Amino acid sequence: MRSGVTIFPGSNCDRDIIVALKNITGKAPIKMWHKDTEFPNLDLIIIPGGFSFGDYLRCGALAARSPVIKNIKNHISRGGAVLGICNGFQILIEAGILPGSLIRNKKLLFTCRDTMLEIQDTIISPFLSGLKKEHHLNIPVAHNEGNFFASETLLNELKNDGRIAFKYIKEVNNDTDYNPNGSSNDIAGILSKNGRVLGMMPHPERAINNLHGGTDGLKFLTKSFEQIIG
Amino acid sequence: MKISNQTLYNINKNEYQAQQESKLEDAMEMGLTEDEFNLICNKIKKIPNKTELGIFSAMFSEHCSYKSSKKWLKTMPTKAKHVIQGPGENAGVIDIGDNLAAVFKIESHNHPSFIEPYQGAATGVGGILRDVFTMGARPIALLNALRFGSPSELLTKHLVSGVVKGIGGYGNCIGIPTVGGETNFDKSYDGNILVNAMAVGLANKNRIFYSAATGAGNPVIYVGAKTGRDGIHGATMASTEFTDNSSEKRPTVQVGDPFTGKLLLESCLELMSTDAVLSIQDMGAAGLTSSSVEMASKGSLGMYLNLDLVPTREDKMTSYEIMLSESQERMLMILKPGSEEKAKSIFDKWDLDFAVIGEVTKTGRLILDKDGFEACNIPINPLVEDAPEYDRPYEIIQNQNTIKINELNINYTVDEILAKIFENPNISSKRWIWEQYDSSVMGDTISSNGKSDASIVKIHGTENSKSHGKGIAMTTDCTPRYVKSDPINGGMQAVCEAARNVAASGAKPLAITNNLNFGNPEKKNIMGEIVGSIKGISKAASFLNTPIVSGNVSLYNETNGKGILPTPVIGMVGVIDEVENCLEMNAKEDNTLLVLGQSENFTEGWIGCSVYQEIENKIIDAAPPPVNLEKEKKIIDILLQLHTKNLLTAAHDISDGGLLTAICEMLFKNNLGLNLNLPKSLLKIDSKDPTLHSWCFGEDQGRIIVATDKIDKVKFYLKDSNLDYFVLGKTNASNNLNLMNINTISIKCLKNLYETTLPLIMGKHE
Repeated sequence: MRSGVTIFPGSNCDRDIIVALKNITGKAPIKMWHKDTEFPNLDLIIIPGGFSFGDYLRCGALAARSPVIKNIKNHISRGGAVLGICNGFQILIEAGILPGSLIRNKKLLFTCRDTMLEIQDTIISPFLSGLKKEHHLNIPVAHNEGNFFASETLLNELKNDGRIAFKYIKEVNNDTDYNPNGSSNDIAGILSKNGRVLGMMPHPERAINNLHGGTDGLKFLTKSFEQIIG
Repeated sequence: MKISNQTLYNINKNEYQAQQESKLEDAMEMGLTEDEFNLICNKIKKIPNKTELGIFSAMFSEHCSYKSSKKWLKTMPTKAKHVIQGPGENAGVIDIGDNLAAVFKIESHNHPSFIEPYQGAATGVGGILRDVFTMGARPIALLNALRFGSPSELLTKHLVSGVVKGIGGYGNCIGIPTVGGETNFDKSYDGNILVNAMAVGLANKNRIFYSAATGAGNPVIYVGAKTGRDGIHGATMASTEFTDNSSEKRPTVQVGDPFTGKLLLESCLELMSTDAVLSIQDMGAAGLTSSSVEMASKGSLGMYLNLDLVPTREDKMTSYEIMLSESQERMLMILKPGSEEKAKSIFDKWDLDFAVIGEVTKTGRLILDKDGFEACNIPINPLVEDAPEYDRPYEIIQNQNTIKINELNINYTVDEILAKIFENPNISSKRWIWEQYDSSVMGDTISSNGKSDASIVKIHGTENSKSHGKGIAMTTDCTPRYVKSDPINGGMQAVCEAARNVAASGAKPLAITNNLNFGNPEKKNIMGEIVGSIKGISKAASFLNTPIVSGNVSLYNETNGKGILPTPVIGMVGVIDEVENCLEMNAKEDNTLLVLGQSENFTEGWIGCSVYQEIENKIIDAAPPPVNLEKEKKIIDILLQLHTKNLLTAAHDISDGGLLTAICEMLFKNNLGLNLNLPKSLLKIDSKDPTLHSWCFGEDQGRIIVATDKIDKVKFYLKDSNLDYFVLGKTNASNNLNLMNINTISIKCLKNLYETTLPLIMGKHE
């Protein structure tokens, strides 16, 4: 698989996802510096987490105006796959590639903890086709602005079109705090219309090793990569 | 490179000098004494101008000169085979094998955090990270030690909320995981909170960077953020007591920008991977002043700087303001001549300022030009060598009161006391705090936030086919009430508890960074606390072969004459060879718990100065539990030996709240229960029995609870070890702690108290 990882000033999960890509595929991704515009054709671009441009103005707003974004849009129009994690999800929304918005967490506090994700019925997507819906994924979040907010119309559209990828769910029945950010309809990740762009708040690259406390992130990434190279 | 633009200002040299003239009153306003002013005039053989005086006052401040503590700091053990760099550099460095070095330091940002909690705490984190990456190390973990006032005070909640947001704000953004720390509350901190931040980094042991200037004629480079008018004289502010008007000092607090911090981190490490950097120093307290003076002084050289070339945020900044600004995210470097262009291209890539602002000289003097005038011309030596060193009078007060068990006034049953313990925010879960910190960024965190007694981060790139690789174990510890009652004993205890915590996580304790937080050293009893705890720390560190390699002193933590509890925080670092073998503190079902360091015949626990004493007697007025260093060393050795033989499944140090508290903490995570064995003499007594209470809640030192699924082998091994132990029982799924026929205690209820106490206190701030 030919993959690339974008790097903006302030990206800080780039190394983590590069390690995951190397471990799973045996091949290092190319690093895509935000100012660069010349890249070979790729199968997958990952926009990693972090605080691109210090989250100034709005999370992802400045990164969404970087030169590299044009390449990402071209890649998408060629049918390429894109995964935006955390700040990467915020950037995809700010760039107009995914709809809705990500606002401050409901409690107005940065939150770092494990979450349980339920896999939804979706349109065909390389990121979900390899996963079994009954298997929930335990993957951590770490963010301040992960509260997915959208109009009723858009929320219905996303649901009806099968574009909601993951929802936060309760691990135990009496857990009232399972949604870490107050996100509408417990949404943790959404897909583009063609199913080939996924934005998600949880960090799969932080659950790729038993010592991380779980390997559900590894499972998700491995299945996704298998589907992408088809 | 000298440029002349005095025409801009339409003044001549005489008028300029007249404006710059200083008097004794100026010196006093800057925090110097009359004696110190006279000493300066004498040493430089002239009356200093305002810029020169500002530079002296910053270098002579307690914060920079350690004038009250230096005499005693020199007595600390700082050497061992594994020490590469002890105190005196930006951070301490130890050899951890495989050509790797761990670089670490703890530093306080107490005064600024009280005045402006978010920025104060954020810049504390930024500053300590710079100290670590200045040495050429990539930071891999952050920890902290926080002390706040009474939790019922509204101001306390405001400060907790702001400090926690500030620590998270910087650490989360720059992308270094905050993996551990401690937070305590006590009314003595009402007017002076403590914010101590610790950073740990990793470097190639042959690629450590130092600050001593080299080579006259070499270019001096300024990189990072621009200099503004923030934090001017911050070091002086941090060296005085507070009064009711301290909020007026808000402009002396620096403002942090973690985004620029991240760019500076990446660009500096990128440049350091080339051969361009000869020496480097971060601009922390006293900014450009202390960085230039320290570099020149360590290299026994001089420095010339043209302040017109310093990138500034505002127009018409004076030489005084530029030299004393504490704007954040700035570095001073000396480059190999000819490598300026290569260096500049790296900083251009990261959009940071880069300026050649001067050169190293042979003069031994600090010479500064500004607007075409000479703004400063002073010898470097007196700034450092002649900084005052006071031998302040001291009195070490050791409380000798012991509490006799049969004189105890008992009000509560065992389960009532446990409920009170877990309602105490000093012992209850700090989840509300640590969930606001990104603890898993960088992907190497193995154990954080209390999963094991010390936090563990994997060393990136040490994995091989057999193992996930090496790990670094880290903890911060101090029990201020012990230090208050007996500074020597309290100092020893802090070191021993930290070492026990590192060992209980499965790692070998190696070295210490410390943060000595005290009140006004001009008072005899406070100076006694300082001297006493340094003696205690030194004795224990020396015995355990865990030398002090870096540290920080924060004095004058007083408001309106009232000082804080003495708080010498110990940051301990250790190494575990195979991270997959780290020990959790959470017990698993059907495992046997046993306490090491306590015999079957032991029944009378030490309750003086304990959490229990405060609950039953409402006061703490007694000697703290004594520390036996031989026992401490032995228990650590034996614990690690048992672990190497793969006999242990969990371990937890006994500290605040004693044995029963520690047992409950081990049962919480997996919702377990235990039928607790009691010593024979404690059977058939009631739940208000004083001896039983002392056994349950005494805080005797040198004890660790371990869990095992191979109890026979453990017993067999311990038989020859000459170490006391007592089997507490086997964990079960009941979720109840049974004290024979005396008391059945619901672990579920206690866990609920443990988890909800802090969120309830902070509730209104969510």
